[in-house]
Amino acid sequence: MEKNPVIQVKNLVVRYGDKVILDHINFNVFKGEIVAVLGASGCGKTTFLRHIVGLGKPFSGNVFIDGDEITSDNEDTFRSAIRKIGILFQGGALFGSMTLAENVALPITEYSGLPKNAVAHLVRMKLDLVNLAGFENHLPSEISGGMKKRAALARALALNPKILFLDEPSAGLDPIISAEIDELILSINQRIGTTIVMVTHELESIFRVARRAVMLDGNIKNIIADGAPEFLKNHSPNPFVKQFFNREARIV
Amino acid sequence: MHTRFFIRRILRAFPSGMEKQVRCKRFGEGMEKSSFPTGLYEISETDNGSIVVRLTGKIDVENSASILQAILTAITMKPSNSLSVDLKDVSYFDDFGAVILLELKDFVTKRGSGFSVMNNSIRADEVLSKINFDSYQTFAATQKKKEPHFLVHFGETVLNGAANVRHMLSFIGSMILALVHVCAHPKSLRIDDTISCMEKTGVEALPIVAMISFLLGFIMAFMSSIQLQPFGANIYVASLVALAMVSELGPIMTAIIVAGRSGSAFAAEIGTMKISEEIDALYAMGFDTTVFLAVPRIVASMIVVPLLTLFSNLFAITGGLAIGVFILGLTPGAYISQTIETITLFEVVWGMLKSAVFAVLISWIACFRGFQTKGGAIGVGNSATSAVVSSIFLIILFDSIFAVVRSYWR
Repeated sequence: MEKNPVIQVKNLVVRYGDKVILDHINFNVFKGEIVAVLGASGCGKTTFLRHIVGLGKPFSGNVFIDGDEITSDNEDTFRSAIRKIGILFQGGALFGSMTLAENVALPITEYSGLPKNAVAHLVRMKLDLVNLAGFENHLPSEISGGMKKRAALARALALNPKILFLDEPSAGLDPIISAEIDELILSINQRIGTTIVMVTHELESIFRVARRAVMLDGNIKNIIADGAPEFLKNHSPNPFVKQFFNREARIV
Repeated sequence: MHTRFFIRRILRAFPSGMEKQVRCKRFGEGMEKSSFPTGLYEISETDNGSIVVRLTGKIDVENSASILQAILTAITMKPSNSLSVDLKDVSYFDDFGAVILLELKDFVTKRGSGFSVMNNSIRADEVLSKINFDSYQTFAATQKKKEPHFLVHFGETVLNGAANVRHMLSFIGSMILALVHVCAHPKSLRIDDTISCMEKTGVEALPIVAMISFLLGFIMAFMSSIQLQPFGANIYVASLVALAMVSELGPIMTAIIVAGRSGSAFAAEIGTMKISEEIDALYAMGFDTTVFLAVPRIVASMIVVPLLTLFSNLFAITGGLAIGVFILGLTPGAYISQTIETITLFEVVWGMLKSAVFAVLISWIACFRGFQTKGGAIGVGNSATSAVVSSIFLIILFDSIFAVVRSYWR
């Protein structure tokens, strides 16, 4: 195990007005890990993710991405941190006025400075990676929901980020495509050593992909379980965690 | 025997604009980076004239462009037979590296010489095999769709125009039906929505309407006083302001402000609902979307816009009064009594009637554009723009019609 975690969350407190959403969370992710963040609906998973990637300003606490503080007010530090991450948003968040190729090409052109032709090669490779070759000139409104998600994944992967954040990567996709996305996540992790943090509810993909699962709880507003998914499923001392992993209904 | 003729050099040139970020990252570099030196390259030439490029270290998004550029510049100077790239010492290789190889391959193949890759690691091999490097077909950069023939374009425009007119007519129909339905069953009117819409369209617009009208009256009185003062006709400034405002400018200015404020808002609101499938949800729940969304807005604007017009008249007259009293030396009493003498009840009612018609036009076209919205964020923007443009056009058009009707009527 390496000494320095790539994501370091220290005493993160998030409040909306007077309402505390996350209370003093400490959380580390090491290089090359695949971590699934899960929890009941409304327990603050997405809020947690948004604050790790710097989209929300925490009430107190710090988040470090590979040594750079993303919660910092220093613009340079923030930019350097944000360059190391790629984000797949829940709804895809593709730019509706651009074709898929333009969507993927946007960060590549901006940050690599490669000539047009090389960018076009890269875009084709990225779209090929998510099985969307041939859809370069389609607009996001012309393709299906699953394709949008995959195109958004291609865009998140455009710069081969060190850390990839996935918000519900396989929600709303058919079983074959979501299995393919699982395999894709694994292969990205193996090939370029990308650290992956995913927020998801799909138990099957958690067991397939994640080496570590972190469960948030809405009552204590903190992490209640942290460990390998199989271990939590069978040996967690917390009945709620066990119930969650075994997909059991609440006892009536 | 290899003859080295290019000095080894560390790439420090980064694409413009990134320099600052990269530098600050380098200061914070940890252990990991030193084991992964950023990309270096070395170019040498063998005896038989072929060029060998040896890449070392980490080839990634940040240095790929400068490496590619430098190698291309170097090999352009050497129109040699063939090029081979040695990947033995590459510590990190991803598709940005693969793109360098592709571009180099493309370049040398075009000038008719050979290309090969040597000593690729398992990792690089994996990346290259993933994209079928050996059989990769170089292709023209993402092709834009071809521009159609202008006749095709023309035909499309005509068809679109026809469809637009058809939609407009059908929307007028459904709006009239909805209004009749609401008149027959007053309970089906969504009262809460109507009231909040009245507040947004009317109450919240009052300050800006008041301000603009006051200044308008002020300017009119000021400009006309320059012309009228030499003739000692100061008192007619009051008549001019009152008559111009009540019969023409009051309704028009108010309608234009409402079109800009609320017309765009209606179109954007309904347009956003349309693209996020909320309209479909309403439809699927069995609601009549026209009754649900358009009627409250139309009814609300029909009620508040004439009232706003009244306020507009009042504030314009106040503006004129200010000029009359402070610059022309009239007494407030004289100004007001001249104003009252000039305007008739008919003028006021006529102005309010006009503004009620304008209100219907604005809210109708705005809702129509909202329902027509297609696509994403751009579609919403287009709808809001075209709602404002169309409503201003309709306001002026109907004002002319009113003027003609009135001149024949009298």
